[in-house]
Amino acid sequence: MSNAPGGRVSSLVRFCWSNQGTCGKALLMAQEYRLILKHIDSEGYTPGLDSYVRHGGYETLRKTLLLEPKIISADRTVGAPEQIRNEVKISGLRGRGGAGFSCGLKWSFVDRKSGKPIYLICNADESEPGTFKDRQIIYKDPHQLIEGMVISCFANDVKLAFIYIRGEMPDGAQILNRALEEARSKNFLGKNILGSGYDLEIHVHRGAGAYICGEETGLIESIEGKRPYPRIKPPYFPAVLGLYMCPTIVNNVETLCAVKHIVEMGGAEYARLGTPNNTGTRIVSISGHVQKPGYYEIQVGHATIRELIYDFAGGLREGRTLKAVIPGGSSAKVFKAGERFKLKKRGSDAKESEEEIDMLDLPYDFDSLMAAGSMSGSSAIIVMDDSTDIVEALANISEFYAHESCGQCTPCREGSLWMSKALNRLASGDGRKEDADYLLTIADNIPGGRTICAFGEACSWPVQSFVRKFKDEFEAKGAAAEDRRAAGGATEADRISQVSTVK
Amino acid sequence: MPSASQNETEPSVPPPNTISLKVNGRDVSVSKTFQDPVSKCPIPTTMIQACSVAGIEVPHYCYHPKLSVAGNCRMCLVEFGTPAMGPDRKPILNPDGSFRITKSPRPAIACATPVSPGMEIYTDTPGVKQMRESVLEFLLINHPLDCPICDQAGECKLQEYSVEFGQANSRFVEKKVHKPKQVDLGPRIMLDDERCILCTRCIRFSRDLAGDDALGIVNRGSYNTLSNFPGKPFDNNYTLNTADICPVGALTSKDFRFQMRVWFLKETKSLCTSCGTGCNILIGSREDKVFRYVPRENDDVNSCWMCDEGRLNYKWIGRGDRLDSVVVRRKNKKIETTGWSSVLTEISQHLTSAPKGSVSIIASARQTNEEFLLLAALAKQCEALTDTIPRTGPGDNFLVSPDQNPNTMGARLTGFAKGIPGENLQAIAEGVRIGKIKTLIVFGEDVTEHGIDADAVAKLDALIVSDILPNATTKLADFLLPGCAHAEKRGTFTNVKGRVQKFMKAVEPPGDARPEWEFLHDLLSKLSGKTDCSTIESLFNQLAENVPSMKGLTWASLGDSGVTVSIEPD
Amino acid sequence: MALKVPSNLESEIDAMIARYPVKRSASVMLLHAVQDHFGYVSQEAIEWIAAKLELQPINILELVTFYPMFRQERAGRHQLKICRTLSCALGGSHKLRDFLCEKLGLARDAHGPATTEDGKFTIEFVECLASCGTPPVMMCNQETHENVTPEKAERILEGCK
Repeated sequence: MSNAPGGRVSSLVRFCWSNQGTCGKALLMAQEYRLILKHIDSEGYTPGLDSYVRHGGYETLRKTLLLEPKIISADRTVGAPEQIRNEVKISGLRGRGGAGFSCGLKWSFVDRKSGKPIYLICNADESEPGTFKDRQIIYKDPHQLIEGMVISCFANDVKLAFIYIRGEMPDGAQILNRALEEARSKNFLGKNILGSGYDLEIHVHRGAGAYICGEETGLIESIEGKRPYPRIKPPYFPAVLGLYMCPTIVNNVETLCAVKHIVEMGGAEYARLGTPNNTGTRIVSISGHVQKPGYYEIQVGHATIRELIYDFAGGLREGRTLKAVIPGGSSAKVFKAGERFKLKKRGSDAKESEEEIDMLDLPYDFDSLMAAGSMSGSSAIIVMDDSTDIVEALANISEFYAHESCGQCTPCREGSLWMSKALNRLASGDGRKEDADYLLTIADNIPGGRTICAFGEACSWPVQSFVRKFKDEFEAKGAAAEDRRAAGGATEADRISQVSTVK
Repeated sequence: MPSASQNETEPSVPPPNTISLKVNGRDVSVSKTFQDPVSKCPIPTTMIQACSVAGIEVPHYCYHPKLSVAGNCRMCLVEFGTPAMGPDRKPILNPDGSFRITKSPRPAIACATPVSPGMEIYTDTPGVKQMRESVLEFLLINHPLDCPICDQAGECKLQEYSVEFGQANSRFVEKKVHKPKQVDLGPRIMLDDERCILCTRCIRFSRDLAGDDALGIVNRGSYNTLSNFPGKPFDNNYTLNTADICPVGALTSKDFRFQMRVWFLKETKSLCTSCGTGCNILIGSREDKVFRYVPRENDDVNSCWMCDEGRLNYKWIGRGDRLDSVVVRRKNKKIETTGWSSVLTEISQHLTSAPKGSVSIIASARQTNEEFLLLAALAKQCEALTDTIPRTGPGDNFLVSPDQNPNTMGARLTGFAKGIPGENLQAIAEGVRIGKIKTLIVFGEDVTEHGIDADAVAKLDALIVSDILPNATTKLADFLLPGCAHAEKRGTFTNVKGRVQKFMKAVEPPGDARPEWEFLHDLLSKLSGKTDCSTIESLFNQLAENVPSMKGLTWASLGDSGVTVSIEPD
Repeated sequence: MALKVPSNLESEIDAMIARYPVKRSASVMLLHAVQDHFGYVSQEAIEWIAAKLELQPINILELVTFYPMFRQERAGRHQLKICRTLSCALGGSHKLRDFLCEKLGLARDAHGPATTEDGKFTIEFVECLASCGTPPVMMCNQETHENVTPEKAERILEGCK
């Protein structure tokens, strides 16, 4: 997909199923589907326990703890925890944090025979720029998260769990602590939960301003009180050698809430939401140049990027045209307005056909965006209209990643700051025409397994995609600076960088 | 809910303890596990070890075979493939019976990735070369490139890999990150943070092996900086090892920095003599001057390490007041400088006429096995009471032995001092005091500090002393024979655990000083008329004949790293 | 000079440590508690925490210098943290910062936190605060403010005693 300017068609390998939840069908009936956000923002709903219980809260937990073991055969009985794990497997739930990895599979990797305690950590370090969905749950419906956690912990025989909340949410930590206290007081947490004999303690652990703590092994190191350097895998897969070298599950806030609903409605029923392999609902955060930025819960794949931007988020500001869309948090590769993809469709007769579509018409799900060379990541859409200086936008993103690189491994440590310096130089009027290629060759040397964790991808994908797709703008900026220098003019180095001149 | 059928168990075939795989198309077989250098537990064998078995060195910075794995430098990235698995979870075979290999889309760090049966590792593909080139570029963009004034120059992995894998031109046009320079990390170590590539070898060594969690990385990202805690100097007895393992010029020895370009140094295999551990070392010398000791790997003794105290204990070798002439003190107090031949003749005449039992020998446990063999023969000839002088210290749990003599065991095994070191000292002193002992031979000790003072010495007919540096005893000597530092001769020591190890000559002795074994041999020849074993090799071979636990050893068979012999009393 | 930790803070800290199977895990929580109390993390505080957790002070210094939320020097009584990252930048965070800097007499393009001469305010451009739908976003001490227009910013300043 290199150097694809707008209108150039890239091939797409994702199959779109037209027999259920087809793309075409979705186009007609895109609407919010509030499962996790069901009560959030509704009249009179508060983060307190009473409100939650009044709305049916903790009923799923109660039922879960009452589940009887199932006798499959004379020598095989499936206990309640395993039944829940199976439901989660059946649900097809994929992690809502960013990687979109199957939750059921993740749980299945847990070493349950080591004799060591199993830990569960809720990743509430929401820090991918553009993402603010977990914040809504933490602040407005903390008990939903706690119920999801208790169920997930029960399913995995966890006795001690942590919520790792980002440091910049001090009041969020207070809300969670208060909610945990309430839950303890009503025996939804603590010793012998609801008389089931199951014990669980959950503690809130605060971060202190580090994006890398969202990476699960970095997060684990952080909880261990060390610098949050992601661990090398192999050998340190959390499911085997996680927190304190014990089997550990790290799940995102939204993922854990989804578990509650999966157990409530049944895995198969949950899997009917969304599209195959992209099941359930997702909360999409939309920010940037739209009329109504906000968070919208949809059935995965049941709305296109266009619908999310224009129908849900109210479209662009008056008189503006679309320039670019980052579809999955700032590390996701950017889509350029007008970029087109060939989408493979599979009809009800299982026959494949190909359809060429605009990037705006991509169904918002895991697989479509990945097939289009980007990702839904943390499901955060950042919209940029024609007032945006694309070089400055990328300089802004790269500065973020340079600031957040933990510095453990060479390519990311050195490359992230190198790119940021080059982009700031280019953006501040001291660039060169060759800087576009210069940036690309730096960015190409970072990802693809060369770094310890996916931060290598996170910091290089924006540069790769912005520069390749908007190369003319990068080159023009450099060329203009060269001309200015040739004419003996001063550079604009002291100019204050500002992404948007409008608003 | 449908049941999950996940309790299929594999038939319990005992796993083979070797793994066969290919490195660059070459078949190699490696053991399945190896011992973790820190935890001492068995852990899976990794690609870098398999490559090493195949004779291929994978470039690396952070990896060190004696440290825990960090995996941060990314220099050892390789490409690899594994056998494709069929639906039956058995490898799919090619028509020729070989495994069908699925190449991994992502590279792996060779230092941390376990090998698996049938794996293929590729270290010489264009992709691997490109990755190395780019990692090197990243490591160098913020590096000061101050090789001309860097002490590491000549033994720097940035330099070496740049030649092998680097690119010729630099394209970095941004401002470099600046970090602290000339950081006084501790009494013996200087740090240049701009040269540091953050491989964390020093941190891991100090924390995991030296037991001093004193170093860490402060700040973040590209600004990461190696540091100690302000006001808490990096000061344990092993700090200088960090300068050895630092792959670049970040950590340097204050003692050695700016003293000599390493490429001018001659390296001689030798041993540290500061305690009974016998750490293997390389002596770095130029034009008969010793500039440094560095540890030499020997897994049966010191791994790759040595203590700072031992390492810095070399300056005496080149001291200006070294004993460098043969001196005879006449009864009329007249001091004569003489030659070896005449002095040995005179001593031999004296010893021949000395009544049996009137001679005693005190020799330092710093003498070599060969010297002890000869001293034991001399003692036998004179029926002399013999002993060594014990030298003890606290020792530690790592390398330092409480026995601060390098060859107490040699003295014992050769029969020179069979008992507890120092057990005869009192008897000898008493013998001197009451006039029973009239001739005292001292090798490398100051007996005035051990109960034989000037008044006692005055009662002797002859005090025969060999030493390296002047002391109260050498001043009283009737016959003073200048000896050699270990760096100036060859020989063997036996460490506290019975490791017999040899050391080679690095520098020439000063003036007329001679290796003690040489003149002891000459003296014995004069005494006995026999002239066998005139080389260190033959002396050692004779020693091996004489000492039961060393039976069968030869100078040659000791190799560079020595042989462990039984130290059980026979 | 040893750090004087009041007994109620110390018992709060002891309770934090007790939550973890391994003491070291409490490091960051202790740093928050100590910074909240003393206003910054001094060298003595680092040594105190290290001793409390049976660690070496370098282990704590490694964290203090890694996490931007910890500071080793005193800051203004009120901390204004304006989000710098993309969505807020698209939504006017640079203008907000310029406005506040002008208002408080601080240089607009200073690197890192800048504190007013009277020690009342510290302004800092920080990375994403995870409230990207309501830009520009600013934290004033522990509180997050959304859609911070100049008028709103002025009110926030006025609210700081």
